[in-house]
Amino acid sequence: MDVKKLKFDALVYIFAVIFILPFLSSNANFHHVMIIFLIYAGLGEAWNIITGFGGQTSFGHAAFFGIGAYSSTILFYKFGVSPWLGMLVGIIISTVISAIVSYPCFRLKGHYFAIATLAVAEIIKQIFISWDYVEGATGISIPIVEESLAAMQFHSSKMPYFLIAFGLFIITVLTARYIENSRMGYYLKAIRESHEAAEALGINTTRYKLYAMMVSAALSATFGTLYAQYILYIDPFMVFTMEVSMKIVLLSVLGGLGNIYGPLIGAAILIPLSEYTRVYLGGTGKGVDLIIFGALIILVACFEPNGILGLLKKGVGKRRGLYARTDA
Amino acid sequence: MLLQVIFSGILVGFVYSLVAVGLTLIWGVMDVINFAHGDFLTISMYTVFWLYTLLKLDPLVSLPVATGLVFLLSFLTYKLIIKRVINAPGLTALLATFGLSLFIRNLAQYLWTPNYRFIPTSLVADKKLELAGVIIGMPQLVAAVGSIIMTVAVFYFLKYTKTGRAIQATSLDRDTAKLMGVNTEKIYALTFGISGACVGVAGALLATFFPIYPESGALYSLLAFVIVALGGFGNIAGALYGGVLIGLSEALGGYFLGTQFKYAVVFLIYLLVLQFKPKGLFGW
Amino acid sequence: MQEPMLDVQNVTMKFGSLVANENVSFLVKKGEIVSLIGPNGAGKTTLFNCITGFYKPYAGRVFFKGKDITGLPTHRITAMGLTRTFQIVKPLKEMTVKENVLTGAFLRMPTKKEAEKVAEEVLEMTGLYGKKDYLAGSLTIADKKRLEIARVLATKPEMIMLDEAMAGLNQTEIKEAMELCLNLRDRGITLLIVEHIMEAIMPISDRVVVLNAGKKIAEGSPEEVTNNEEVIKAYLGERYHAKGKKS
Repeated sequence: MDVKKLKFDALVYIFAVIFILPFLSSNANFHHVMIIFLIYAGLGEAWNIITGFGGQTSFGHAAFFGIGAYSSTILFYKFGVSPWLGMLVGIIISTVISAIVSYPCFRLKGHYFAIATLAVAEIIKQIFISWDYVEGATGISIPIVEESLAAMQFHSSKMPYFLIAFGLFIITVLTARYIENSRMGYYLKAIRESHEAAEALGINTTRYKLYAMMVSAALSATFGTLYAQYILYIDPFMVFTMEVSMKIVLLSVLGGLGNIYGPLIGAAILIPLSEYTRVYLGGTGKGVDLIIFGALIILVACFEPNGILGLLKKGVGKRRGLYARTDA
Repeated sequence: MLLQVIFSGILVGFVYSLVAVGLTLIWGVMDVINFAHGDFLTISMYTVFWLYTLLKLDPLVSLPVATGLVFLLSFLTYKLIIKRVINAPGLTALLATFGLSLFIRNLAQYLWTPNYRFIPTSLVADKKLELAGVIIGMPQLVAAVGSIIMTVAVFYFLKYTKTGRAIQATSLDRDTAKLMGVNTEKIYALTFGISGACVGVAGALLATFFPIYPESGALYSLLAFVIVALGGFGNIAGALYGGVLIGLSEALGGYFLGTQFKYAVVFLIYLLVLQFKPKGLFGW
Repeated sequence: MQEPMLDVQNVTMKFGSLVANENVSFLVKKGEIVSLIGPNGAGKTTLFNCITGFYKPYAGRVFFKGKDITGLPTHRITAMGLTRTFQIVKPLKEMTVKENVLTGAFLRMPTKKEAEKVAEEVLEMTGLYGKKDYLAGSLTIADKKRLEIARVLATKPEMIMLDEAMAGLNQTEIKEAMELCLNLRDRGITLLIVEHIMEAIMPISDRVVVLNAGKKIAEGSPEEVTNNEEVIKAYLGERYHAKGKKS
């Protein structure tokens, strides 16, 4: 129990630090990095629910992110509906789509499932590319209006975007945390560890995987809306791309799977790294930033295969003695 | 016209098969998803391109050079990177290969710009074969035949040579193979090398009619993932048939629904087949 | 007149042309301990899988408490009160012992508080309480087997099917496992046990069903079965007398 409490306190401190950071600097670039960091950390947390807890590897989360982005954008662009309402619609569509496409996919196990999610995301991307109503491959420039909370557009400062991202991030983390500590969290982890044992314990594995995917999709969609409003332009290659899906996977794996701190740590390392290398080295348009980024990923994978969290755990585990892992 | 479409679908399908064979080998033998697979293909294409531009070598002549080079690079990839992550939990190996993919792709962009390059003249360029009203481009035909030869070669290598059998044994059961005296370390490195050689051949053949740019391999690796899963992970014959099936459905999908939907059709076929065969066409 | 708990009727299971179970029927009554024995490859685990919904039998029916459960998904069968352990233990490795048991307890107790209470009771009863914070993956094989039982106990079953829960245990551990089985029966839980270790199950079984090559060849009290010609020929002749040698 004490350990739990300690962990909760840690979370409060982490939130506090994240919240304070952008106020310490008026550098717009830094604010930008913080916003992107929160968006990806949030996406990682959402992804972690189905993949980290439930063990069902999704390579297609860009689909939900993109649906969130497009839902609000289309509604605003065509009908002038507030992006907040659009966000809600995005959540609903994303949840429904995730349920429809995942249900058949859940019959597949392991890599077969992972590739199926990738296939689904690519199909959705293709549909958006060829769909005239949503402007296809051209993409949509979101009409710029006077800044207001209702229109989710801010032009004089990035801080409001940061605050919204922070809010969404907290909701996502707390949702993930709530799930982790509830029956659903235990069930998902049981499914991850052994499908058969889970069934024998009376767990309807398909149903819980479905729930996890739906929650994960809903949360991912909210960040899509925010991203669209922040960049004020979207096209299918930006939001539905495999790069987004893979970035989510990467940062969560980097941080450590199956734990709410994993994506947070992973994003805190990966996003500033990628954004700053882009800012300082990407200007040449030659991809130097991504060369370095790629090399760093390789290094981390080679030398800390358990993720950063694994590294931390190793230290703690040694002291506590209990978690000495034997493979026998 | 339909016949034409079917034919070209099958031809390109054989190239897909070869790329997928390389991927499925690694997947089957060491359970690693190699995200950089397509980027090795890109390297092969660029090798052929530069040999053509600088030394006026015909792509078909420089094919062995490109294949050898990619074999070597893949071999080294195993020794330097994969070796360290192969026993790591979960998705770590994937992380490493994805990093490698980013690295290669962007290095290519840095060194050679994102521009499309072409090899305008070669032994096969602009030649056509007409058979009962169906026109077949020579480059495509040669690419298909070359891919078939390489696929069959790999197949026979695995089946009838001692090393090949050791690879298969390792794929079935790593620990037992080790106990039986198989040097799994060597087998892994070799498997990676052979996988590289597959895309080495495919890349050189594709370079005769396909634009060369830093991301040209990316599409192939995406399709190869689907083909590999369709055929069953680690199943060579599955990859062969899967490749043809995907080539065909891509061509037919493009013909009936418009080219923008051809990949959607491919992925849909995958999802449909796996509804009935959750472990791939040849899984049980 | 005990009421029937599990009623297996003419179950046949095929894999391609291989017949793993052929026309197997038997009955387990409430409060009984019934053992299912037979040489390796006799089809015991396959039969378990057919009963618990992991396989859908090729033919035949399975009734639990009078209800047809043939081909129902496993989790529904568990929810009805019939559950099983696995021959090859399946600990939820990255979870602690307590979390393993808690996962089972959630079936009847949706809130964490209640579930925890059930989990603590079960841990106490199975002697795992002292190790409740260990990762399940780090347990000894004996404790892993015990955890298998603890976990299903937490689902508050009316009947448990144990698949070789004693294999690989030493003499003391086998004694403890036997006591646990009797203890479970006293708590009103019906048991169906697959086991190789005859000296362990003969004393505690009310009845024994013998499978050989997928078919039932005998059924009766332990004494009857051990004296049955066909059983001795098929199986017991070599095994039962090889006491104590069991690894």
